[in-house]
Amino acid sequence: MQKVNRDVLLEKAAAMLDAGEVQAVLGWGAGEFAYDVTPRVFETSDELRADFVWNDFCGANLSKYLVSKTKKLEGKLLVFLKPCDTYSFNQLLTEHRFEREKVYAVAVPCEGMADVQKLKALAGDGISSIESTDSGFSVTTIYDDAPVEVKGADVLLEKCANCKSRKHVAYDELLGDEGEVLDSNRFDEVERIEAMTSEERFAFWQGELSRCIRCNACRDVCPACTCEKCVFDNPNSGAENKAPTTSFEEQMFHVIRAFHVAGRCTDCGECSRVCPQNIPLHLLNRKFIKDINTFYGEYQAGAEEGSRAPLVDYTLEDLEAEDVFKKEAE
Amino acid sequence: MNTVNDTLIPVLGVITDVRIDTPDVKTFRVVTPDGKKAFDHKPGQCAMLSIPGVGEAMFSITSSPTNTEFMEFSIKKCGCVTDWLHQAEAGQQITIRGPYGRPFPVDTEFKGKDLLFIAGGIGLAPLRSVINYCRDNRADYGTIDIVYGSRSMDDLVDYKEIVDEWTKDTDVHVHLTIDREQQGWDGHVGFVPSYVKELGFDTNKTAIICGPPIMIKFTLDAMIELGFDKTQVYTTMELRMKCGVGKCGRCNIGAKYVCKDGPVFRCDELDELPDEY
Amino acid sequence: MRKCSLSKLTDLFQKINESASLYLPATDNAGGAVYTKWADGVEYLDVLNTVRSPKDFFFPQSENLMEFKLKGKNIEILDIREESEDFVIFGVRACDVKSFEVLDRVFLSEPVDSYYQNRRAHAVIISMACMRPADTCFCTAFGIDAAEPAGDVSAWKTECDLYLKANTEKGAQLLAKLSNLTEECDDSEVSPLQEKIRNIMKKLPLEGISLENFGKGKTKEYFDSPLWTELSEACLGCGTCTFVCPTCQCYDIKDFDTGSGVIRYRCWDSCMYSDFTKMAHGNSRNTQVERFRQRFMHKLVYYPENNDGLFSCVGCGRCLSKCPISMNIVKVMKALGGEKK
Repeated sequence: MQKVNRDVLLEKAAAMLDAGEVQAVLGWGAGEFAYDVTPRVFETSDELRADFVWNDFCGANLSKYLVSKTKKLEGKLLVFLKPCDTYSFNQLLTEHRFEREKVYAVAVPCEGMADVQKLKALAGDGISSIESTDSGFSVTTIYDDAPVEVKGADVLLEKCANCKSRKHVAYDELLGDEGEVLDSNRFDEVERIEAMTSEERFAFWQGELSRCIRCNACRDVCPACTCEKCVFDNPNSGAENKAPTTSFEEQMFHVIRAFHVAGRCTDCGECSRVCPQNIPLHLLNRKFIKDINTFYGEYQAGAEEGSRAPLVDYTLEDLEAEDVFKKEAE
Repeated sequence: MNTVNDTLIPVLGVITDVRIDTPDVKTFRVVTPDGKKAFDHKPGQCAMLSIPGVGEAMFSITSSPTNTEFMEFSIKKCGCVTDWLHQAEAGQQITIRGPYGRPFPVDTEFKGKDLLFIAGGIGLAPLRSVINYCRDNRADYGTIDIVYGSRSMDDLVDYKEIVDEWTKDTDVHVHLTIDREQQGWDGHVGFVPSYVKELGFDTNKTAIICGPPIMIKFTLDAMIELGFDKTQVYTTMELRMKCGVGKCGRCNIGAKYVCKDGPVFRCDELDELPDEY
Repeated sequence: MRKCSLSKLTDLFQKINESASLYLPATDNAGGAVYTKWADGVEYLDVLNTVRSPKDFFFPQSENLMEFKLKGKNIEILDIREESEDFVIFGVRACDVKSFEVLDRVFLSEPVDSYYQNRRAHAVIISMACMRPADTCFCTAFGIDAAEPAGDVSAWKTECDLYLKANTEKGAQLLAKLSNLTEECDDSEVSPLQEKIRNIMKKLPLEGISLENFGKGKTKEYFDSPLWTELSEACLGCGTCTFVCPTCQCYDIKDFDTGSGVIRYRCWDSCMYSDFTKMAHGNSRNTQVERFRQRFMHKLVYYPENNDGLFSCVGCGRCLSKCPISMNIVKVMKALGGEKK
């Protein structure tokens, strides 16, 4: 259950809209069910009151929308950002993807967001209502069964189960209390894969990536993927492939993407959240983050606006290639 | 299984002749490897040409169905497939499949009518098929007027055929124009839509327009101004196509597929479709 | 109607598999289900939706159409089509069975797509009634009865038994082969199940969806609606909805240079993609608003206009659960006025 109430966010946004301090509000809009929430731009306080949502299903990271939405507006856009979203926000600013002065960033503390798929696996597919309880959710279904009590911790989104930080690293205003950078266990799974033999590792990724349907959702949702024209969409690039024609193509796509966002990925976890095939794509990115930490010292993309990522920076202390091999040998 | 024909599987074609029409338009003559026409078609229909490894693209068949020996395609250099074709020489094999689309109603609505063809630039290519078909079946049609314009004298497609053949026909009136004055040109200068208005045709004619979208739009406006009804005006469309038979899903305008319900549309039919072309 | 104890399910699968390859939903080891070729040890997973719909069987995500050998100026065209083997698909939900009819209208209309037809002709469909439909289900709006699924054979599953009913000659032939494992029973034995299913269907949250305002002749009414901008606002332009959709059938044809020749293949395409309508000299759908509109207009207006009122949606709910931003056909329909009065 989120500590800051929907009304706190709503009143903040409505007041600023009504006062003309912002032109629009980028938030989460209500859907058909308690859990399906759609990113939405609200232009009036009436719209906000009717459809604005802040609940345990607001997993979507809104920061990437700032790139396109700020371009359409003359005035300021208010955006709500969870702690993890603020890292993306900073990274986009570092890459000059939108104009800071066109945004009013409202930071919201987050207790972790729920994964509907996990919830349905425990409570059933036919959900008719979801009530928040102290420890999680009480779910009623259409099957005449008794309500199912589900622990919040059991249905967290993958990105929240391994949350790296509850600290907001950028905002104009913070609603509620500031959190801390967490001592995260996010590299545990990476370490497990690193411990595999190369054959096991290849088999692991082949198994995962063979499910890929090349829908491009991971790329399209990724705040680090903001190229105006992606190489994979360019018919003249020779790399445009809408279908995974061979396993080689599948592996190329995700590996190229992981390389492209290396050092820029804030580990927001959106790629894995949106994957219709539940491929743990975030693990590829985390491997890069972990390696960068190991080879160049701790670095978290997005933690600080304007920071120089080790991969695009040069210091005299940088490791040389042979040192990397030495280090790996150890 | 292998005996069932599938329209997606092409037949072989051989380019037997390449004619340079303009700086960016070439006309390719195509027959099957045994020297025959690949298939019969009707005026206004299209064919899918491809060079394996480069791609496949839809082109209107420029030659008339009355030509029983070969097919011709006048192709402007503007993309992958066309770039490749432009460097091809006689003897090059390609693949061909078709014919696709709804043709011009030459045997029904056009019969006995005075015809007015209006083309801009490469837009003459699809019209050449129907113009020559009508010339070859001269008795079936009334007078034929052809208004054709291009950027310059050098950009007039089929200029030689126009001058050597079309202008010599009785009851065929050719009106050429180019966008800007040019040395060696003593004909009309100006854009097609205004030339059409200047010429001021009788409104009992059936008109066929083809050219860049903007030219079609302004010419249609000019026709309406002259008193033509949209039911008297035909045009032919082009959108991205892959299958040619209304299945791959991309060339639709509303519920109509350009590849199968078009490419020929009567202008009043277009009014019924959403504005997405 | 035939009946078989669930304890004999493996024997049943074994028997079917003797004469034709059997495919059924099984775990994808990632929380979802995928149609899997049955072999000893493969367990049937009684889920509602597989992530990928069974359209894959007839219209796979990518398939080779033909090959070319190039030598100098010469080309050789190789017809690589082969007769499909017979196969049986078990556990197809009523919505997905209906989707085959939607696909048939496209691929089996003249000129027939021989690649699709080949596989379609060799398949036997065993459908499965939905005992526990999901909140995202809205098949009833399309006149689909989850309690009486179509297909060559309809199946119902209880805690202990599997009921099978042949609907076609193909289905009867298959059931005849299974006669030693099944026993005759009265059709009425599944009636209580059907009643139970239909009662749940009435409680579906999306029960209120109506198609009254969609179909033929509605192009002008909806095409210029200002709602498209708002509805498509958060759309990422990814292809998830189109790829998980059992009725989306748009495809691309591309060439692949193998080094020793060229393979021409067909693959799924998505109207959501920016290059779907891109030509050398322009694009008829330049923005995501237009691309988004195309998808829903196609399903709700254009397709029914060309196919005697049949809609190109079967209410399976895959797009509802898989869209990264939770925008979907139900929200579009409701916004445009598709709710029962």
